[in-house]
Amino acid sequence: MNKTLNYIREKFFSSPIDAFLTISISYLIYLTIPPLLDWMFISATFSGESKKECVSGGACWVFVKIWFNRFLYGMYPNDEVWRVNLPFGILVVSIIVYRFLNEKYKKYLFLFLIIPFPILSLMLFSGGFLGLMPVETREWGGLFLTLVISIFAIIFCFPLGVLLAMGRRSNLPVVRYFSVGFIEFWRGVPLITVLFMAGVMFPLLLPAGTNMDKLVRVIIAITLFEAAYMAEVVRGGLQAVGRGQYDASKAIGMGYWKSHIFIILPQALKLVIPGIANTFIALFKDTPLVFVVGLLEILGMVNLAKTNPAWLGMATEGYVFVALVYWIFCFAMSRYSLSIEEKLKTTN
Amino acid sequence: MENIIQLKQVNKWYGDFHVLKDINFEVSEKEKVVICGPSGSGKSTLIRCINRLEEHQKGEIIVDGMTLDENTKNISAIRSEVGMVFQQFNLFPHLSILENCTLAQIWVKKKTKKESEALAMDYLKKVQIDDQAAKFPGQLSGGQQQRAAIARALCMEPKIMLFDEPTSALDPEMIKEVLDVMVDLAKGGMTMCVVTHEMGFAKEVADRVVFMDEGNIVEAKKTKDFFDNPENERTKLFLSQIL
Repeated sequence: MNKTLNYIREKFFSSPIDAFLTISISYLIYLTIPPLLDWMFISATFSGESKKECVSGGACWVFVKIWFNRFLYGMYPNDEVWRVNLPFGILVVSIIVYRFLNEKYKKYLFLFLIIPFPILSLMLFSGGFLGLMPVETREWGGLFLTLVISIFAIIFCFPLGVLLAMGRRSNLPVVRYFSVGFIEFWRGVPLITVLFMAGVMFPLLLPAGTNMDKLVRVIIAITLFEAAYMAEVVRGGLQAVGRGQYDASKAIGMGYWKSHIFIILPQALKLVIPGIANTFIALFKDTPLVFVVGLLEILGMVNLAKTNPAWLGMATEGYVFVALVYWIFCFAMSRYSLSIEEKLKTTN
Repeated sequence: MENIIQLKQVNKWYGDFHVLKDINFEVSEKEKVVICGPSGSGKSTLIRCINRLEEHQKGEIIVDGMTLDENTKNISAIRSEVGMVFQQFNLFPHLSILENCTLAQIWVKKKTKKESEALAMDYLKKVQIDDQAAKFPGQLSGGQQQRAAIARALCMEPKIMLFDEPTSALDPEMIKEVLDVMVDLAKGGMTMCVVTHEMGFAKEVADRVVFMDEGNIVEAKKTKDFFDNPENERTKLFLSQIL
């Protein structure tokens, strides 16, 4: 008992300022947390079918429950959602299994996941073969759309960013100026205008009769935009690799590409894992902006649902739900990047 | 004897700074040449020009019959025949010692993993760190790292070895283990160009010693002659300071 008291005195009341801070922060917690818990859980309504059941004054989670499938899948037909669940299920299982495989199978699984898997998934999502009902991309939405956009943008923007970073440091003036121009252009414009251009203006520039799916245009736009940021992150890593490493790789006869692939990039990328994770998280959180071209990912779906006459006034519940979903994904990415950092540290 | 390295009237500038001034220098096959001189005299730059880690702007460098110029084919051919050891070791920190030694064998010489590992282990044994093969460079002492770096260079089976102050970054007690390896290598008949301040090493293995100052080769003589009868004042001064 004495021990605990001593501990509390030492850690929380060791000086007048500490005591003041402890007391005021406790008061702040007392002011905010109990009402929040009350609203979220104690007086919240979980069961029911409509807004009418929500009379307790707490959160009306019925809203989220009823709209749950729309928030997850957008306008994707209810009977076909297994076509979304299956690939994402396989993805989650693969990521878990990945940890337990040996190096050789890891390589195969990795290659499968980044090349054939996304293509097969896209085919399954769109349908139109083997008797699968075609589902147009404008019916895609919700969390499903968030994940499709961010996963594809991440897969493409990473290698492109690496190439741009190398290009910016190249000795060839044409390559260097192109990379600098590209990076500065895309970093200099707001994403929302880029999306608007991709969604609305770009089709006007295409020759009549040609058509490119809006979702594809949006993914390309986000990819190019984020690649510019990625390039600068990677460039920071390249600059941190000592000149001696370049000398040594040249001296043993490795050319430009080989020395970058085997010697320079592994070291540079390892150094900038936090920056890379940062860029990916930023990309993930930028996806709601696709509303400007009429695509509704999870936040867009909530905004749509809250304007439904039967569900007016449900914005808070919707936004809390979206925030929670975003937080879970971002936190997972952040933890994953930390675990990669840890792993690479021990082997060195 | 055939000259395996030949520099004719080589000049190099860093901006306005004239680092190498009309350098004429040759090394014949199996010869061991030690290059010494005060810091900033251009000796490192000179040997870095031989495998084109630095570009010279004027003059001609011929290595094993191939002229070093813009021709990238020649550059990579020459680099595969010339091994180099650096002051700061420059091992690849993210790869094990063994992988450091096999990487270029596999990707430049297109050998199988098995062959290259066998050869790497041979050379690691020769420099007496075969028991450290699985470790990463950061886990080794400076002397061990430098020996690993020598093994890495030897794994490419070069005709010529360049050493750029290989013992300058080492703690005194580790210098000997590296010099021993270099002496063995010299006795095995390797052509060597060594930039070093280790005059004991020079006396023991060098056929010739070259003294550089301010971008010039001031004096170049047979080893015994160099130490017994230095002619140039600057050489004398340098030797009096270093011996």
